[in-house]
Amino acid sequence: MASTVGVIFSSINEQNVPELTKVRSMGSIPFGGRYRIVDFALSNMVNSGITTVGMITKNNYQSLMDHIGSGKYWDLARKDGGLILLPPYSDETETLYKNRLEALKGATAFLKKAKEDFVVLADSDAVYKLDYSKVINYHIQKNADITMVYHEHKLVKSHSYMTFDVAKDGRIKGIEINPASGGVEKNYINVMVARTSFLLRLIQDAIQHGYKSFGKDILSPGVSTYNLYGYKFDGYYANIDSINAYFNANLDLLDRKVRDEIFGERDVYTKVNDSAPAKFADTACVKNSLVSDGCLIEGTVENCILFRGVKIGKGTVVKNCILMTDNIVGENCNLAYVVSDKNSVIRDNRVLAGCEIQPYFINKGSLI
Amino acid sequence: MLRKKECVAMLLAGGQGSRLYALTSNIAKPAVSFGAKYRIIDFPLSNCINSGIDTVGVLTQYQPLVLNEYVGNGQPWDLDRTFGGVHILSPYEAKTDTSWYKGTANAIYQNIRFMKMYDPEYVLILSGDHIYKMDYDKMLAAHKAAKADCTIACMQVPMKEASRFGILNTNKDGTIYEFEEKPAKPKSDLASMGIYIFTAEKLFKYLELDNQDPNSDKDFGKNVLPAMLKAGEKMYSYRFEGYWKDVGTISSLWEANMDLLGVVPNFELSENDRVIHSKSPLAPPAFIEGEVINSIVATGGEIEGKIVNSVIGTNCVVEKGAEVVDSVLMGNTIVKAGAKVNYAIIDEDVVIGEKAVIGAPIEEASKVEGKTSGITVLGRGVNVSKNGKVPAGEILDKNV
Repeated sequence: MASTVGVIFSSINEQNVPELTKVRSMGSIPFGGRYRIVDFALSNMVNSGITTVGMITKNNYQSLMDHIGSGKYWDLARKDGGLILLPPYSDETETLYKNRLEALKGATAFLKKAKEDFVVLADSDAVYKLDYSKVINYHIQKNADITMVYHEHKLVKSHSYMTFDVAKDGRIKGIEINPASGGVEKNYINVMVARTSFLLRLIQDAIQHGYKSFGKDILSPGVSTYNLYGYKFDGYYANIDSINAYFNANLDLLDRKVRDEIFGERDVYTKVNDSAPAKFADTACVKNSLVSDGCLIEGTVENCILFRGVKIGKGTVVKNCILMTDNIVGENCNLAYVVSDKNSVIRDNRVLAGCEIQPYFINKGSLI
Repeated sequence: MLRKKECVAMLLAGGQGSRLYALTSNIAKPAVSFGAKYRIIDFPLSNCINSGIDTVGVLTQYQPLVLNEYVGNGQPWDLDRTFGGVHILSPYEAKTDTSWYKGTANAIYQNIRFMKMYDPEYVLILSGDHIYKMDYDKMLAAHKAAKADCTIACMQVPMKEASRFGILNTNKDGTIYEFEEKPAKPKSDLASMGIYIFTAEKLFKYLELDNQDPNSDKDFGKNVLPAMLKAGEKMYSYRFEGYWKDVGTISSLWEANMDLLGVVPNFELSENDRVIHSKSPLAPPAFIEGEVINSIVATGGEIEGKIVNSVIGTNCVVEKGAEVVDSVLMGNTIVKAGAKVNYAIIDEDVVIGEKAVIGAPIEEASKVEGKTSGITVLGRGVNVSKNGKVPAGEILDKNV
């Protein structure tokens, strides 16, 4: 593969899931029993042969740092390259970055130092498996200035997003920002490939002209001045852009096809924890659920994702729930459509229920 | 600057483990899977790091490939260090006297130079075939307090089983006055656990002497320890209380696996203070659709059948209508639809075909006479064809 450096935005779009990002950055939202969302983009990079990754951070990146550490679990603890955390940069005149462009400005030193010809930019708010080297090959083949990856799905949310009008040969003819469409669109998934030198030039330009938005000020007008190409990704893609989306994407993993696509072939790397294997008692009854190491199940569990160290007491029935690490559910409880953040304790005999379109959310460390 | 380590551990991992039959055909005993996600060597290595010992030599000889790959640079146990850490020590060629390890004492003797690199005060000798959690630091403190030359960890065993062990006969103050290797008529029920702490200079001295003795079997229990005792060195027993199991036989390996089951198990792995580390695999959490009762299941499992009283290793698939009862699946094994596995130990990478029947229910199988007390054993990579049958107590290394 052409030599490529990766850049991951670990803190973009946090406003979409305020419940989950109150105490952490976007990338470190726990997902799928043992992962953090950033694992997907980061593993995609590693599995694409990228060995130098800069990770742009913002507020609350303690949990992200704790997760990523030296990068050894991704084989990114290297003498040369490896994982480089890019803490938020601000000088006396500037405040913390407010948008993608400002965030990128903070990464220019990292990009200038990079010897790699190409750069992949990716967010960490989605679950998908994509070999970025395919995008880079496409980029080279098309002789593009920028290649942007899109996924076709129906628009559901009203937050900031971008859709493409793509010609038959892959060239992007038009970019719409926040269109009012209700149908299936070619949605930009915030994965972009460019030559490192080209991206640096764009950033430099943006600084000189005082641009504010990467989308509005650079990409959208760029349709006529640059060679912009769209790369169609047609695999499983789940954007974690609301608590509902978070809930559904977790439960999607109960579908074998999704599991095989996301976890099959190449591993999704994550921080390894040495919990003991999951234990099922005499009274356990588990159906259609993912159960992680360290769990102790004495009750009934159906259609659930149980993270590490979750305890389900005797006589308790848990259905359609996402219980994050070290949740302890007492005896004779009844939980349905609950998303419970880490370290919460639910006392005996509690009945808690959300519904399919609105799961009941429990804050980290609650006692209920 | 001169650097040193107070205590260096030497882990004897070279044994063939012949009483585990098919399970050790291609791998050393310490590399045998245990408890769904571990290998036996995880226990002594984790005990070392949990006791503050960060320099460990692992002596290998028999079929070391899997073990070497598994131990790697020691990262899973935090034993990847710039000074110290874990090191695989294989027999090596020298200008004179090139040889395999000829016994436990000879294996350590051949690596005296390794130990001396760390200029240790004490050397801890460990076996690679025991399942237990132990704080070696407490034992070292006892060794120091007694100003002992050698301290031997021991535990009480039932008197009727004592003749299977090395037995320590001790005075009231814990000093050892006699050492008997597997005595027919044991005088005490204190069994040696094969865990020794030596004051380093004494160890080096007696290893040299043992090496010069042409009549010696070069074994700690048979030669070195009795020689030290005879010479009047201070030898102490150190009583260990807690779970400890030698998993050198099929039935003891099965029992030790079963000891992990239950809400209050005989051996608790999930305590937070003394974690057993392992090279945890990168598989997603286990998917459970079937019936799983009184069992443990490691990550990566796809369980749609019925699991009762069993230990299910990493990445095992148990299809619809299949049943696994009173058994150990070590990992990467597929039990196809309708197959039945009873009272068995199934090594890694095994495929059990549709409607195959492995072993027999425990009540029936345990009446079978044989090397394994009725436990059926399938070796690594064995394929059992559709409708295949493997009778109770059978040990299989080849496809059927």
